[in-house]
Amino acid sequence: MALLELQDLRFAWPGQMQAVLDIDSLRIEGGERLFLRGPSGSGKSSLLALIGGLVQPQQGSLRCLGEELTRLSGPKRDRFRADHLGVIFQQFNLLPWLDVRANVLLPCRFSKRRAQRAGPAADAAEALLRGMDLESELWTRRADQLSVGQQQRVAAARALIGQPELVLADEPTSALDTDRRDNFLDLLFAQCEEAGSALLFVSHDQQLAERFDRQLDLASINRAGAPS
Amino acid sequence: MTLPSLAIRSLANRRFAIGLTVLTIALSIALLVLVEQLRSEVREGFYRSVSGTDLIVGARTSPVQLLLYSVFGLGEATNNVSWESYQALSGTAEVAWAVPISLGDAHQGYRVVGTEAGFFDHYRYADRQPLEFAHGARFDDLFDVVLGHQVARKLDYALGDEIVLAHGTTRVSLQQHDNLPFTVSGILAPTGTPIDQQLYISLTAHEAIHIGWQNGMPRPGANLSDEQARAMAERLTPDSVTAILLGLTTRAAVFGLQRRVNDYRQEALSAVLPGIALQQLWRITGLAEQILRVVAALVVLSGLLGMLTVLLTTLNERRREMAILRANGARPLQIAGLLVFEAGLLAAAGIALGLVMAFAVQAIAAPWLLSTVGVNLAVSWPSALLWKLLGGIWLAGLIVGTVPALMAYRRTLADGMQVRM
Repeated sequence: MALLELQDLRFAWPGQMQAVLDIDSLRIEGGERLFLRGPSGSGKSSLLALIGGLVQPQQGSLRCLGEELTRLSGPKRDRFRADHLGVIFQQFNLLPWLDVRANVLLPCRFSKRRAQRAGPAADAAEALLRGMDLESELWTRRADQLSVGQQQRVAAARALIGQPELVLADEPTSALDTDRRDNFLDLLFAQCEEAGSALLFVSHDQQLAERFDRQLDLASINRAGAPS
Repeated sequence: MTLPSLAIRSLANRRFAIGLTVLTIALSIALLVLVEQLRSEVREGFYRSVSGTDLIVGARTSPVQLLLYSVFGLGEATNNVSWESYQALSGTAEVAWAVPISLGDAHQGYRVVGTEAGFFDHYRYADRQPLEFAHGARFDDLFDVVLGHQVARKLDYALGDEIVLAHGTTRVSLQQHDNLPFTVSGILAPTGTPIDQQLYISLTAHEAIHIGWQNGMPRPGANLSDEQARAMAERLTPDSVTAILLGLTTRAAVFGLQRRVNDYRQEALSAVLPGIALQQLWRITGLAEQILRVVAALVVLSGLLGMLTVLLTTLNERRREMAILRANGARPLQIAGLLVFEAGLLAAAGIALGLVMAFAVQAIAAPWLLSTVGVNLAVSWPSALLWKLLGGIWLAGLIVGTVPALMAYRRTLADGMQVRM
């Protein structure tokens, strides 16, 4: 059974006539690393919002872990996201007024399941931070005192705490230079493997694509096409 | 639940703006509490001063005016009560005691009350407490004077000091009774009533210092010496007194006696029940109180609106924060709850700080009010009504918090996973 399976999916933002997504089919297997190429405006934010359960499609099916997300209520979808998904944004991932460790532990505040799977939460956070190559003297600093590269690694550690089945990454490397980008990917892959999490990595940076198990062009599977 | 701890850390991050908001609310609450507390305490203070007196009798005038000039030293009497009427009243069966008071003189701005020794026996204040002497005793010699506590303290008088009384009740008196000085024989213990602000001499002495006076002036060459005054005082009966304080044998008789005094045919008199006269006074001051209350309420409202402004202006900056929380599994309802919790916390902190400020002001202002107005301002626990009011304000704070909460709720629903900004 696929980890995530989209079928005949149509989505338009509320109040808009034009659909931004019209996808025949998209599958992600458990533990898979999928590169999804999508320039801005191609509907990638909408796709991530759909998978995250923040919005509902007008039509079609979206199954994740055997659960039909389109049939779940809003709070249940929120719960599902908290339990099974890790998220990394392009930037500004962290709450600036929390220290690094508390930021990593954030998903455990909203999901009992993640907290349970993480075991002793502080240990799990520290193991992940170490795994993302962040020295212990950074852990107690406020998140906004870290460099952008360090912040992205903290965000990755946070996305992986409690071993979610799927990590959604929305151009997490776009703010990093080439060296740091490769280094970030190395660390992210290693930790995803450790956690057994699948990775859906959305980016427009073709250079990265080679390193993934599989790559897909969003424009090729999205019949709604890109307006821009 | 760890959401409150998140809210508190988020607030701590914005401590400057948040601190100012709390201060704004606190100031408005302090004003409200002060207005309410002063109102009830001032009333309480007035009631304290007349607790043992059943009726006050004076020349015909309005009850409020009679009460104010006879007990509180505010304003002047327009007319006196004849000595015959006083004697007739004190001989009435229902009257347990009658204490005459004669006003019209002062010492350095403090009123001098001519009365009888019975005043010290019968006058009651607060919970029917009798007057007590801090030093010395009541007047015995013709030219003895008893001082209220504040008078002695402010003017730094001790037993045995000689003082000169002035004619008229203004602070600067042109006419002095300097031919007949008085000796301090006693100083009263503090009462927290106008008693503390007055000097007491015997009614005979009050007459004696005015021998030979006409129309508020001494006749030329009429200044008596001490010995002459003493000799004449033997035969002296006052023509009139300013007012009479009455205690009745039974309180049930009060209305009957009041009617008889008001209908007294020999002289136009007024008898007032202090409690009822005070009620009338409150009716007069009620409008001012209402205005103060409305002002205080408006200030509280502006405090809450200030909080709303701060919460709304920071909402935009915090949009990213909300999105991060949301992406990490927070429900929109939890995010809305976070904002309502914040507002509730701010309102509660403002109310608590405001109460502390109000109490501090009361504690600081109490001695000053006692010495200038003679009203004792006890720092008392707020009334049940005030607590309800504060509870209502806190609820209003929560309701104010629902505005940004609702906006954040709708926004998090519309923003999707990531804020596009």
